[in-house]
Amino acid sequence: MKRIVILGAGTAGTMMLNKLSKALDPKEWKLTIVDKEEDHYYQPGFLFIPFGLYKKEDVIKPKSNFFPKGAEVIYSPIDRIDADQSTVYLQNDQTLNYDYLIIATGTEIIPEEIEGMKEELWHTSIFDFYTVEGAVALAEYLKDWEGGKMVLNIAEMPIKCPVAPLEFVFLADDYFKKKGMRDKVDITLVTPLDAAFTKPVAAKSLGGFLDEKDINLVTEFNIGRVDNEQKKIVSWDEREVDFDLLVSIPTNMGSKAIERSRLGDELNFVPTDKHTLRSEAHENIFVIGDATNLPSSKAGSVAHFESDILFENLMSAIKGEPLEASFDGHANCFIESGGGKGLLIDFNYDVEPLPGKFPIPGIGPFTLLKETRMNHFGKMGFKWLYWNALIKGRELPLEPQMSMAGKEIPETEKQETKTLNLN
Amino acid sequence: MSTETTNEKTIVLDQDGHLANREDWTEELAQDLADHEGVGELTDRHWDVINYIRDEYEKKGDAPSIRKLTKESGVSTKELYKLFPKGPAKKAAKVAGLPKPKGCI
Repeated sequence: MKRIVILGAGTAGTMMLNKLSKALDPKEWKLTIVDKEEDHYYQPGFLFIPFGLYKKEDVIKPKSNFFPKGAEVIYSPIDRIDADQSTVYLQNDQTLNYDYLIIATGTEIIPEEIEGMKEELWHTSIFDFYTVEGAVALAEYLKDWEGGKMVLNIAEMPIKCPVAPLEFVFLADDYFKKKGMRDKVDITLVTPLDAAFTKPVAAKSLGGFLDEKDINLVTEFNIGRVDNEQKKIVSWDEREVDFDLLVSIPTNMGSKAIERSRLGDELNFVPTDKHTLRSEAHENIFVIGDATNLPSSKAGSVAHFESDILFENLMSAIKGEPLEASFDGHANCFIESGGGKGLLIDFNYDVEPLPGKFPIPGIGPFTLLKETRMNHFGKMGFKWLYWNALIKGRELPLEPQMSMAGKEIPETEKQETKTLNLN
Repeated sequence: MSTETTNEKTIVLDQDGHLANREDWTEELAQDLADHEGVGELTDRHWDVINYIRDEYEKKGDAPSIRKLTKESGVSTKELYKLFPKGPAKKAAKVAGLPKPKGCI
């Protein structure tokens, strides 16, 4: 009997398990999935918790609801992977041998990476919303907050869901307006990037929304420490931003188990072939979702598109055939912009988010990079789709490869060069 | 250009203000670029950083992140900001004659 072990039963790992369980003969293949937690979190929903739009119950279901029959499920933290021996050691003392390994161990926030972040103000004036605990604590805090300086800081890139910080400040603007206290709150987005977003065309239109909503933007700010006494964040080049309420997106890192296995880069993300999704170091290891070091967004949509490619390539590997499916870096993200509206962006490694239309067969075209109500409904409707189809590995009317259909290519600005006189 | 004015050089920069043609780079030009960027006299520690990021660029096709740089080059973040004030990732890339780091998505 041969065995495939999947490490991590989040969005990516659960999708892969469901796809493989449908395709492989159970008499020939044993499928094992490992995760330290029994709850599955709908992570796109965390964003809505601080503003009372979702409750904790809305984003949690038992993982066991989504596993196919016949798969072996083990709840245990991972100790380490011995890739040369094709063996995984678990912290519950179990040892798993595998023919193929799928690493889907995701990413987590590590506030300890920033001096002063996880000290006396943590979860009293400093909150995160990338954990359910952080999002719930922030919701409690915001209920009675009387206003002041709200600062949203991205510590360093890459982060899971790079649009979430923008959505957070848009929703905060909306939330305080509805409470009749927007004039009492000063909102500032502080980012290490040189603009509101990573990609120029989208950065321009998203930056426009910040102006419209009177949200301040501080760019190229690399946080060095948090001053708990004076309530300010200080950059490495000694710039300071005062806060009454700091919402932090701390350093995102891959699993400690990856570090212990010496399979990761400086952030514990696994070096992965950006097209085949195979580990760069080991032929029988594939990597999916946030756990990879790919130059693509860390987002559920990316994991979803990757799952189609990884499935095909793993099937080819099993048959001893060349890996022909190629991932293009496709990402597709609804961006909640407040006031019951949203935007949609669709892009890949080579094509940045562009304006235009995004056709989905049977549902209709969504509008790209512009605020519409339909995009908001797309975002909210996605929760149902996620629980009922996506993680169960069902077919969605979305191709893994990005399509140019409907996209408008803006006139590119001429790339000017200049000369420099040195003397 | 006459021989009397060998100290006067004109080089082409790209739209981000980085050296447009990598082959124009020399160690001597690095000092000129450092002067232009306000980095000042290049010390051995500057050169540790410059050589490290040039090596990384050769291998990976992109300059490393600050985190990778500090982890692998033996220069702390604090020192890095002293060596290349205000945005060491970009400044060091400019002096090393490399394009703007692509960074992360």
